[in-house]
Amino acid sequence: MDRTEVRVTGYGGQGVVLISTVIGRAWAVHAGKHAAMIQSFGPEARGSACSATLAMSETEVLYPYVRHPDVLVAMSAEGFELYKDELKDEGVVVYEANLVHPVVKPTQRAYGIPSTQLAEALGRVLVQNVVMLGFFSAITKLVPMEAMREALRHSVPAGTEELNMKAFEKGREYAEKLLAEHAPGAAKT
Amino acid sequence: MSPLIQLGTPEAREHPITPYIRMDRMPHIWCPTCGIGTVLKCYGTALGRSKLDLDKVSVVSGIGCTGRVAGYVKMDSFHSTHGRALPFATGLKLGRPELNVTVFSGDGDLIGIGGNHFIHAARRNMDLLVILVNNFIYGMTGGQNAPTTPLTARSSTMPLGNFERPFNLPHLAVTCGATYVARWTSMHTAQMTRTFTEALKRKGFRFIEVIAPCSTLYARLNKLGTGLDLMTYYRDNFEIRNKADTRELDLDFQSKIICGKFVDEERPTFLEAMEAHYRDALGDQYVPMPPEGGMLHGQD
Amino acid sequence: MRAHYLEASGVRPVPADPRGVLAGTHYLDGDFACGEGAMAAGCRFVAGYPITPSTEIVERIGRRFPFVGGIFIQMEDELASMAAVVGGSWTGTKCMTVTSGPGFSLMMENIGLAAMMETPVVVVDVQRAGPSTGLPTMVGQGDMMQARWGSHGDYGVIALSPRSPQEAFDLTIDAFNLAELYRVPVLMMMDECVGHMTEKVVIPPADQIEIVPRRLTKQSPAEYLPYRADESLVPEMIRAGDGYRFHTTGLTHDERGYPTMTVEAQQVLVRRLVDKIQKNAHKIIRVEEDQTAGADVVVVSYGITSRVAQLGVEMARERGARVGTLRLVVCWPFPEARIRELARVVKAFVVPEINFGQMSLEVERCAAGRAITTGVPHAGGGVHDPEEICRAILEAAR
Repeated sequence: MDRTEVRVTGYGGQGVVLISTVIGRAWAVHAGKHAAMIQSFGPEARGSACSATLAMSETEVLYPYVRHPDVLVAMSAEGFELYKDELKDEGVVVYEANLVHPVVKPTQRAYGIPSTQLAEALGRVLVQNVVMLGFFSAITKLVPMEAMREALRHSVPAGTEELNMKAFEKGREYAEKLLAEHAPGAAKT
Repeated sequence: MSPLIQLGTPEAREHPITPYIRMDRMPHIWCPTCGIGTVLKCYGTALGRSKLDLDKVSVVSGIGCTGRVAGYVKMDSFHSTHGRALPFATGLKLGRPELNVTVFSGDGDLIGIGGNHFIHAARRNMDLLVILVNNFIYGMTGGQNAPTTPLTARSSTMPLGNFERPFNLPHLAVTCGATYVARWTSMHTAQMTRTFTEALKRKGFRFIEVIAPCSTLYARLNKLGTGLDLMTYYRDNFEIRNKADTRELDLDFQSKIICGKFVDEERPTFLEAMEAHYRDALGDQYVPMPPEGGMLHGQD
Repeated sequence: MRAHYLEASGVRPVPADPRGVLAGTHYLDGDFACGEGAMAAGCRFVAGYPITPSTEIVERIGRRFPFVGGIFIQMEDELASMAAVVGGSWTGTKCMTVTSGPGFSLMMENIGLAAMMETPVVVVDVQRAGPSTGLPTMVGQGDMMQARWGSHGDYGVIALSPRSPQEAFDLTIDAFNLAELYRVPVLMMMDECVGHMTEKVVIPPADQIEIVPRRLTKQSPAEYLPYRADESLVPEMIRAGDGYRFHTTGLTHDERGYPTMTVEAQQVLVRRLVDKIQKNAHKIIRVEEDQTAGADVVVVSYGITSRVAQLGVEMARERGARVGTLRLVVCWPFPEARIRELARVVKAFVVPEINFGQMSLEVERCAAGRAITTGVPHAGGGVHDPEEICRAILEAAR
């Protein structure tokens, strides 16, 4: 991978920054590569849509901003609308299925997960972003899964590791099931 | 040897204020009959009476006639920038909490350009003794209007008389949070010295206003005679009203000057409040700044 | 490996106080990394006023200081913040303040005082796009000349420019060390992009971090003169509360620190304030060069722009240009001699920066007509398009 760009977007409070921090940390610290994460700051910058970007590379990231993401993680309809046009033609959208209803180009792929609902089922809607993170990890396979798990353990408040890991695996499992269903040769029902 | 000092010996010529003053910097720059020297003398006497370790006393001034005090005291002394004596002193105090820090400056410096720092230092109850010499005018720059110039008094920038309402400084200090507030004139040397001595031993934001004559400018521009005439005027027109309601301490042009100690109470200082708060919040994990400061020592 | 400025100084550094060192591999933004660098360097007093995009530094410090024996105070404004750190430094405690353009302007008054009193302090300016309130959340590099000339009168100053969060950590330690070595305000000229960018930051263990402690005089109070300097031009220091009963002032002063209102005293003092940086410049200056030997064009850049410029350089090389890079790690003092040397052998310098030409003026001055200097200005709010830098290189190489 020469350079991969990711944008994460949602509304304030959904944990956009945590998602991008964990991905960046996993890639830069635990996988030993390079990842520059930039969050958009305050209402002056973006209104209520919250966003963070990641530029990931094998070598030092020279240009830290993201112009044409390979992956767009969308957790709000507003965020998706705001950023969908910059997505690469062969880009991937990973989205919250109950909040975002993306229409993408035929060359792009989109994968949805009812992450809020799944988080609710775990008893804490707050971990919605971590469900999304597990989903992202399994869909994109950008970062080794173990690095993601390690980064997540480092990034959540002490005492919440178990719940967060559970949320992560929930998202990952959902993705794997989804991919299996869409895999070539998978039984069509 | 006789315990009596022989006339003609250096000891005999030594002024009692010598231990507190840089005699190698005399003569000072102040005009004849200016009141600042008197206030400085009283401060020196108070330091002597206080029995404080002078090595641990620091004096900080801003800019202006009174701002020159820092240059004459024989202690660690800092002549900072115009208006910034209080924040400078704040850094000094917090950098080495065991220091006893006095801020000695004028009305234009502390209240004009430095007014914002004054209200905040008082609000925080920063552990500083603040001696403000109020001569109603900007002296060093030639007699311009000050935020303390009484209504109708003339200054070089208000030659037809001042129409801006001046500050009532003790009231300002109290409302902002000062825990010790007093006012004297430069004629009240005994009272002033007593107040300084007491205040040196108190904690928190201690504010003492001293009304002093600017003989060369304020007196001349307002045809009030010499500094001596102003001292005479203070003598005939003061009233001591301890614990006075500070709302009643406005100074009008050549009006009666209410003097005394108005406030003397205790409230946690900035450092005390901070340490108590962190101890409460963090328990044993809290690492306070040591009294001698946060200096990292080298390997000697 | 010992830093070059330490090697040159001959001063024996001490290991960092482990309490302030969060050793490990982190994923931090530049602001946090700068705050960690300050704590690792032994900074124990910070006075500041919140301003985007620097606020995260004091937030980090405000959270961590109670655990490391430091005091953070949020002052009423930047005038007060700067005055407080100058006062604080005279206790021997290492001090820092943190700001961005509008606050940096207010700090100029007491940066001058720090220079005049020869007080070691670190001032961090996380540059945003100006003038005035400008673009508070977006990048700029428009304060570079203000860093050098911002306070009135003549004095020497040191300014560093990190290009990554890792360097925000490393160079903050260097900034504190240089402040102690030369008794000057050292300016960390960060930019919003580096400040708000999160990357991997490795913090070494405390015993591997070299710290220059306050260099207090060993002379007795009777023989000591606060502003008498030896050939190093840097006087030994004392601190308040140790019995030296010294005086220091923003007025022109003699070796005793006493105000001296004469042309002669001014000449002696101000010349030394300028010379102590200028004559020691070779010990302070730090640049990073790549492929400057045999280059037709040398790209001079600093901070975030040096990363973006690297892309432009690579594009230009692919199109056949012989281009080298020179990055200013230390911006002030400026590497005059090196630019003069290069000017004799290269065709042109290309200087991209997020302003309308500040450091490029220095390059142009030192090139003195021997080589062309082409600025690549950017008004701020974003970084250059690497393509634009590539075009400027190709144009200059023709």
